[in-house]
Amino acid sequence: MPPDNRSLTGKAWVFGDEVNTDVLAPGQYMSGSIPNLAKHCLESVDPDFAANVRTGDIVVAGENFGVGSSREQAVEVLRALGVSAVVAKTFGGIFFRNAYNLGLYAIVCGEADQIQPGDILSVNAAAGKITVSSRKLALTCDPVPAFLLEMAEQGGLIAGLEARLSARGGKNST
Amino acid sequence: MGQTLAEKIIARAARRKSVSPGEIVTCQVDLAMIHDSGGPRRVAPLLKRLGVDVWDPDKIVLVSDHFVPAEDEISKSILAQTRDWARINAIKNFHDLEGICHVVLPERGHLKPGMFVAGGDSHSPTGGAFGCFMFGVGATDMGGIMATGETWIRVPATIRIDLDGELEKGVSAKDINLALCGRLGMGGAKYQVVEFSGNGIASLSMEERMTLCNMTAELGAMTGIIAPDDVTQTYLDRVGADWAGGGDWRSDPGASYLEHHRLDLNALEPQVAAPHSPANAAPVTNMGNARIDRAYIGGCTGAKLGDLHMAADILKGKKIAPDTRLMVVPASTRALAETKADGTHAILSDAGATFVASGCGICAGYVGDLLGENEVCLSTTARNFQGRMGAASSEVYLASPYTVAASAIIGRITDPREFLKAQDDAS
Repeated sequence: MPPDNRSLTGKAWVFGDEVNTDVLAPGQYMSGSIPNLAKHCLESVDPDFAANVRTGDIVVAGENFGVGSSREQAVEVLRALGVSAVVAKTFGGIFFRNAYNLGLYAIVCGEADQIQPGDILSVNAAAGKITVSSRKLALTCDPVPAFLLEMAEQGGLIAGLEARLSARGGKNST
Repeated sequence: MGQTLAEKIIARAARRKSVSPGEIVTCQVDLAMIHDSGGPRRVAPLLKRLGVDVWDPDKIVLVSDHFVPAEDEISKSILAQTRDWARINAIKNFHDLEGICHVVLPERGHLKPGMFVAGGDSHSPTGGAFGCFMFGVGATDMGGIMATGETWIRVPATIRIDLDGELEKGVSAKDINLALCGRLGMGGAKYQVVEFSGNGIASLSMEERMTLCNMTAELGAMTGIIAPDDVTQTYLDRVGADWAGGGDWRSDPGASYLEHHRLDLNALEPQVAAPHSPANAAPVTNMGNARIDRAYIGGCTGAKLGDLHMAADILKGKKIAPDTRLMVVPASTRALAETKADGTHAILSDAGATFVASGCGICAGYVGDLLGENEVCLSTTARNFQGRMGAASSEVYLASPYTVAASAIIGRITDPREFLKAQDDAS
């Protein structure tokens, strides 16, 4: 499927501004496994989130989502819980890079504050459009650049490198 | 058209004559820094999957600082895995339990002006104090760098912040950072570069410049940077970094900036950030003498040798309040050794400080004596997000080493200038 047709659909979980990496991936659980860390994802702001979020759901937030540490476990726990995309007004720069490196769509949407908890969202990342079918709402977001879409489609940075290195003969062929 | 310092370094790393903000370029890294948390345990599986070795072991600096001091089987095994990886990959620049990466790197002469450096930690902008372009990345980005020696970046624009004048005694770089967080917010720098310039730079030591660049992370910058000068040269000579000057590592007069801000250092008061964001900063005089349980002098932001000297200036001949604890976690073992040699360690110990092994453990909430339920801490570190340093119900205020030391004496958040004034009056 070409990236242009990429559409992500899921239920919205709505958070506020500056949801930081310590809240997403708390330090006390950083030594353990991703599934265990994921149980504590966002627990200090919404203790019910980790247990109730479902595959395909979409996290929605305000300014500077993912601000703080470079720990990409902040992305991995969201992926482990099945979150397909994060829609926010703005992102912390390192989180944004980490998201695409690991195949999570990070969508910059200046109108994200119009989304309500439980809304069913359809996100067209390439076109920069979000529709809320139940409320006949259409929101505009920043179209995701082609190279990031490609990275996400490939499954992240390492999958892309794998293809590049084996083409170059740098990867051990087995 | 003129280029900023950051653009010049990126252009060199990208093998280009010039670069423009917004374009995406692939850069060769001069150095990659990783630590025990985001390093071997995360990067090794990626290299294995790619079937390659590290691109150049001599361009990697590995530091064990996060799960320090180890306290259980998991943290011990992470540190053991880090040591094994260093040996297997012939990493000669491996600093095991020698302090926090952002402080160890310059102390050991790894950073020089003009370098393009990727760091596997969000406080990597600290290196910008040395005229490097050093930015933080996650483990997958670092896996790509370890495999290829390259990484892509979207060229950031530069936000210029001119510091005018000189700080009053008792006011420090940390107060500049907190004032900027309060003014611009945690997203204020929009993942662009913050370049500090102006006549106020000359009076700031290299460690103070490190603090300045370190907390550009809390402004949401990709990195911070300061052009090298005589102070830089003196530091590099002292640590044996072998930099003979040269290279035009400063912004051109005609360079263009996204924004231009000014800060009057003469008028700056000590600042404190209230829980749970560095952006909740205000002058210490507005904090209402809030009560504290613990005073924490630690972290890459706030426990370098100069930071410990600031604390000692306040605590000399004093005792901390009976119901307050003062924990001191020197940022490196070298800083610790110097405090022992110059009398700082004795001053802080006599005042009632407890020393903890150098590392990130408590600041990052990873290991150690973390904050308990409802515990209130005043800290010299960079971040006071809810629950970061322990229990979700704990509260962290941020301030300079001067302010934390003065507050430890009273047991409440206190303006350190009162103590320095009393010392002046007495002498």
